[in-house]
Amino acid sequence: MLAFKTKSLVKTSDMTVKKVSGSQAVILSILEEGVDTIFGYPGGAIMPIYDALYDFDQNVKHILTRHEQGAVHAAEGYAKVTGKVGVCFATSGPGASNLITGIADAMLDSVPMVCITGQVTSPLLGTDAFQEVDVVGISMPVTKWNYQITTPEEIPEAIAQAFYIAQTGRPGPVLLDITKDAQFGELEFKYEKCRKIRSYVPESPINPEKIKEAAELINQAKKPMILCGQGIIISQAEEELKDFAEKAGIPVAWTLLGLSAFPTEHPLNVGMLGMHGNYGPNLLTNEADLIIAIGMRFDDRVTGKVSSYGEKAKFIHFEIDPAEINKIIKADVAVLGDAKKALKQLIPLINKNNHNTWIGEFRKCDNIENEKVIHKDLFPSKPGLTMGEVVRIASEKTNHDAILVTDVGQQQMIASRYFKFKNSRSNVTSGGLGTMGFGLPASMGAQLGAPNRTVVAMIGDGGFQMTIQELGTIVQNKLPVKIIILNNHFLGMVRQWQQLFFEKRYSFTELQNPDFIMIAKGFGMDGHKVDKREDLESGIQKMMDHKGPYLLEVTIEKEDNVFPMVPTGASVSDVILEP
Amino acid sequence: MKKEFIITIYSENHIGLLTRITIVFTRRKINIESLTVSESAIPGIFKFTIVVKSTEEQTIKVVSQIEKQVDVLKAFYHTNEEMIYQEIALYKVSTETLYDSDQIEKMVRNSGARILEITREYTVIEKTGHKEETQQLFEQLNKYKVMQFIRSGRVALTRDPIERLSEFLKERDAFLEQLD
Repeated sequence: MLAFKTKSLVKTSDMTVKKVSGSQAVILSILEEGVDTIFGYPGGAIMPIYDALYDFDQNVKHILTRHEQGAVHAAEGYAKVTGKVGVCFATSGPGASNLITGIADAMLDSVPMVCITGQVTSPLLGTDAFQEVDVVGISMPVTKWNYQITTPEEIPEAIAQAFYIAQTGRPGPVLLDITKDAQFGELEFKYEKCRKIRSYVPESPINPEKIKEAAELINQAKKPMILCGQGIIISQAEEELKDFAEKAGIPVAWTLLGLSAFPTEHPLNVGMLGMHGNYGPNLLTNEADLIIAIGMRFDDRVTGKVSSYGEKAKFIHFEIDPAEINKIIKADVAVLGDAKKALKQLIPLINKNNHNTWIGEFRKCDNIENEKVIHKDLFPSKPGLTMGEVVRIASEKTNHDAILVTDVGQQQMIASRYFKFKNSRSNVTSGGLGTMGFGLPASMGAQLGAPNRTVVAMIGDGGFQMTIQELGTIVQNKLPVKIIILNNHFLGMVRQWQQLFFEKRYSFTELQNPDFIMIAKGFGMDGHKVDKREDLESGIQKMMDHKGPYLLEVTIEKEDNVFPMVPTGASVSDVILEP
Repeated sequence: MKKEFIITIYSENHIGLLTRITIVFTRRKINIESLTVSESAIPGIFKFTIVVKSTEEQTIKVVSQIEKQVDVLKAFYHTNEEMIYQEIALYKVSTETLYDSDQIEKMVRNSGARILEITREYTVIEKTGHKEETQQLFEQLNKYKVMQFIRSGRVALTRDPIERLSEFLKERDAFLEQLD
């Protein structure tokens, strides 16, 4: 039972029914949902909810960010490492509209999230009132569901539905917009968790016929390949994936969001798919005779030119969202439903097998990639520091056991390629939306979600300056995030494209950067800068040994590029290893 | 190849759902040719009838994106041939022209239209039919100058002998029960 400090609360004989204000009902409801952390920013229209929150500081932690975008990305980071729903509070108007980028990010990356926004009092709706914005309208294309609450009685049920929708089926963001009068009004509070909605089927039951068809194709295949997406992580099917891959002896490649679902050092791991993925899985996609896609959606960054993608292969698509089936790639067998349940049914029907010759082809590609790209990235002999060597050392110094948070751009690709993972839910990144500025706030959410793990944030000098204010939140909450700024004084990925495809016309990509260490110190965070290779390892060690948050700035060679690369519009088998 | 498809959507009656549904079209730059919304035979369940010109492949994808909306129960698509459909059109002409010539009366009679209201100033004619038919009458009447004209969105029924919605609801109820 929750301790009430407010006198106005009447405990009736039936302990489940109490008279409370709408704003208290908001807090009580989210506590019923097991929420322990809220990321938010107060303002006029959400003040009653913040006032109610004041009485519950023992029950729930509220993290005051420095910008609503910080709150929403932090909630994403929290959700990605815990699998729980990330929760955000913001006020009406600009508070609400500042959430939109993060909500869109969560929508594309299937992140369970509930955003609660204050709204002007209901008689003022539609009058262009102070700080009134139609956030339900604005957020409609980027939410799984949203709803405006104008009476206090609606609050418990709407919140129950919001949490149910956000975390079931294919997860996604939900926004609830609550008018100020609904927050002030009273209701008899009784909470019932939502268990079903007539118009919503979170997941289809697995069709055993489809499993049988899939098993037949798998048992016949000579050159099969598994594409592991984030669906494996969301449905907690990591063990099943491993059992399946090992039993059938099938190589596993992963998408950016599938990263960390399969251990890096596993002998069947063949690396990352897509534009900056590994050479083997891209090239051999067009040699495979069977592609088994699990919990992934054939993003254009994975497929390259769709018409020649997997041209010799049949496709099996394990997917929870019916709208993803045949959206990009026509599936020969589509297994609708939860990945874990599907794999559990599939494994007994699979023959024990190995595909060593086929896997050997991946290893040949690895050798080529190693010689042309990887070795130079990780153990460079030229004077300038590379992003690759920083990532390699950061991974080693954390015993390949850290949570990696990346921003967007070159550092994201390099870190995803070279950071090593032992455990699932260890990679936090902005995949679908590619949101620069995601990294720093997401890292604080990740640290709050996994307080006992080391969180390493790899951020470029461009993205860092988009949400730099969250250094304040990190310091205020004593979150021991290890932040590495890979500083090449450029918007590196755009510059790389300008170099390769726009005749080195570096149009507005060079940055004159501030003294990041001085800024960190201004916020009360320790840090130092590394310019030379001989100081890199000790610098990273110093950061890891430091108790509390730390900022390490590393000066990177200006024209350090990310390869391999599948140029836009090219087929995956046209992957290039050097410019 | 692009052709006309009729998309039928059954949904809960929730504010904002119309926007959610139209966003699915606007995002893909598909123009909605006609749209009708009303309560279905089952109380509380609303029915959208949307006509679009598109390819079948695109239409299938649009339908699955619509069905993905939390408040949508079910969406179907059909070709014109698979449905019985009608639109209603109203035409206002001056009553004087009606007296001046018997042509208008003949047009009304021949096209199966009917007269809804006659005042000293104007006469309102109503015709139901396919767009081509209501358009044809418009062109005929307009020789005598149509003062006002309006055509409704399409309403449509399947040629299917079974009511798909009630079948569907039965299945859905069974499914929801096993969730308990």
